[in-house]
Amino acid sequence: MKNDPTATVIEVKSLTCGYGETVVLQEVSLAVHEREVLFVIGGSGCGKSTLLRCLIGLLKPIHGEVFYFGKSFTAADSGQRREILKTFGVLYQNNALWSSMTLAENISLPLEEHTSLSRADRETMIALKLAEVGLAGSQELYPSELSGGMQKRAALARALALDPAIVFFDEPSEGLDPIMSREMDELILQVRENFGTTMVIVSHQLASIFRLADRVIMLNHETRGIIAEGAPAELAATSTDPRVRDFLNPGNARPGRRNENSAGGNKPIIK
Amino acid sequence: MNKTGNHSSPEAATAQRQAGVSGDECLVKIGGDWRLSEPVPAWAGVFGKAPATRVRVVPADLGKWDTSLVLFLAHGRAWCAASEKEFQVEALPANLQALLHQVPVNGAAKPATKTAAKSKWELAASVAEKWAEHVGQSISFLGECALGFIDVAGNPHRFRWLDCLVEMQRCWASSLPMVSLVSFLVGVILAFQSAVQLQQFGAAIYVADLVGLSVVRELGPMMAAFIVAGGTGARFAAQIGNMKVDAEIDALETLGISSVDFLALPRLLAVMVMMPILAFYANVLGVLGGMFVSATMLDIPASAYWIETQNRVGFSDVCSGLFKCLWFGLAIGLAGCERGMKCERSAAGVGTATSSAVVTGILLIVLADALFAVIYNVLGI
Repeated sequence: MKNDPTATVIEVKSLTCGYGETVVLQEVSLAVHEREVLFVIGGSGCGKSTLLRCLIGLLKPIHGEVFYFGKSFTAADSGQRREILKTFGVLYQNNALWSSMTLAENISLPLEEHTSLSRADRETMIALKLAEVGLAGSQELYPSELSGGMQKRAALARALALDPAIVFFDEPSEGLDPIMSREMDELILQVRENFGTTMVIVSHQLASIFRLADRVIMLNHETRGIIAEGAPAELAATSTDPRVRDFLNPGNARPGRRNENSAGGNKPIIK
Repeated sequence: MNKTGNHSSPEAATAQRQAGVSGDECLVKIGGDWRLSEPVPAWAGVFGKAPATRVRVVPADLGKWDTSLVLFLAHGRAWCAASEKEFQVEALPANLQALLHQVPVNGAAKPATKTAAKSKWELAASVAEKWAEHVGQSISFLGECALGFIDVAGNPHRFRWLDCLVEMQRCWASSLPMVSLVSFLVGVILAFQSAVQLQQFGAAIYVADLVGLSVVRELGPMMAAFIVAGGTGARFAAQIGNMKVDAEIDALETLGISSVDFLALPRLLAVMVMMPILAFYANVLGVLGGMFVSATMLDIPASAYWIETQNRVGFSDVCSGLFKCLWFGLAIGLAGCERGMKCERSAAGVGTATSSAVVTGILLIVLADALFAVIYNVLGI
């Protein structure tokens, strides 16, 4: 495979986003490379989901631009936008499987919309995608007939239906037990291994972060931006910012550290 | 738009397949980038080269690939199996082979259908059973509401008065414009239709009697009830159904709060109180509609029309209409709340519950109206 490990697939340039008058993230810049697993972490309300919504086009940025493969997503017209949308899949936090459709129909819809595959090929694809996530033979089930973990995997199968170059995950192991969560992580690695997929994952499951992440970026609601960036193990060991250390080493947090944290808002940003 | 490079590096090459026959082996070289969204080669050309007994697929400058390549290989494998040829893919990347192994050999394996086909009678029986269950559930819900009201009568401070008032306000505000328009027009239509006949006998003044009686006894209450069923009843079902989907009702139950007391009773009372008020308003607008037609078309002054109406339409006529409305309100509220609470936990479930609430509400209104027609007739009201 002629993969250039430094090729940039997503580039975010001085992105400011928020809701109405409220600015959640200010002047955030970021690049995601090919085959990279990037984790977006941070405390509740720091803008992780807002960043994700901006990246996948559900939220219009107040200012700044998002580029996919060097093409602007923010300034794209509807045709270009459709082309870009084809290149990524999204696994939503609550799965967002279409409840009135069977799993087969859920996976089939993106294939019908964006490819010219024959019906037989689509059925093979559906069988393959379901087998890939460990749900072989569940084509005719409705989402409501599945357990939470199975729904999560079915949603992943749908996100992967078009073999996207990028997959966004919003809390992929939320609500899964540790074993299922580990299986989910393995599934994610397997997909990257097979298709060289780039992954952007919003999560705060430490185990997953250390297992999967090539790089993490940590957001903070006080600075409205990225306060740390790097490999998780490295950050946990060497970061001098208590907010980063505490997040990545929760077991080491001493009583009283919390106060130090809230006072730390005025300290210089470590990046 | 660049056709080949939409989500890969700029040097992306189109997918390629080259086939050559040497002896009994057909060598197929695959290369380039394989993308689901791009056109990929087919086997058509290779299938013609029949003499070979073995097909070997090897990578040659293979770039990026996705499931489209797996599908391509699966097609080749199926063809080889059908024409009893050997299909070799050992030279391909291991993960590609693994994916190919996951493809069922005989196309997509059909998962077993969950339920066996039913005969006509079994189907009819299951529908009847479902209906019986529905009716049973509705009756038990009615019972729960009755018990709830009895309970509340003993402890009025436990009733959610504020919710009830808010629901009354919403019901009034959302129904008023439609009730105004529809009742006025019904009065106009009735007056028009009867005027044509009555004028032939020089009895145009009796338009007032006809419009007054039909509107006050039947049409005013009915029109108001239909509009409330479509607006407020549907809103009850959708709102409660959504709460059920989001497990909000479970949260109430686990706190020991009865969902009937909390959600259904305030709504039922609200719609029962508002229905007669809206119906009275509808009566007034209906009579005004008749008066408008009489004044403009039949040259009957409004004062004469009003006196004729007063003479003919008695207090008992007005009361009989408004009394029915209490029960129409109960029917609408019950249908809305019951369908909402029995809603399936899905987006489609909320839709079904909402439409079912409206249909059931209208059905119950008409049934109740027929029943009241008989009762009033027997009582001579």
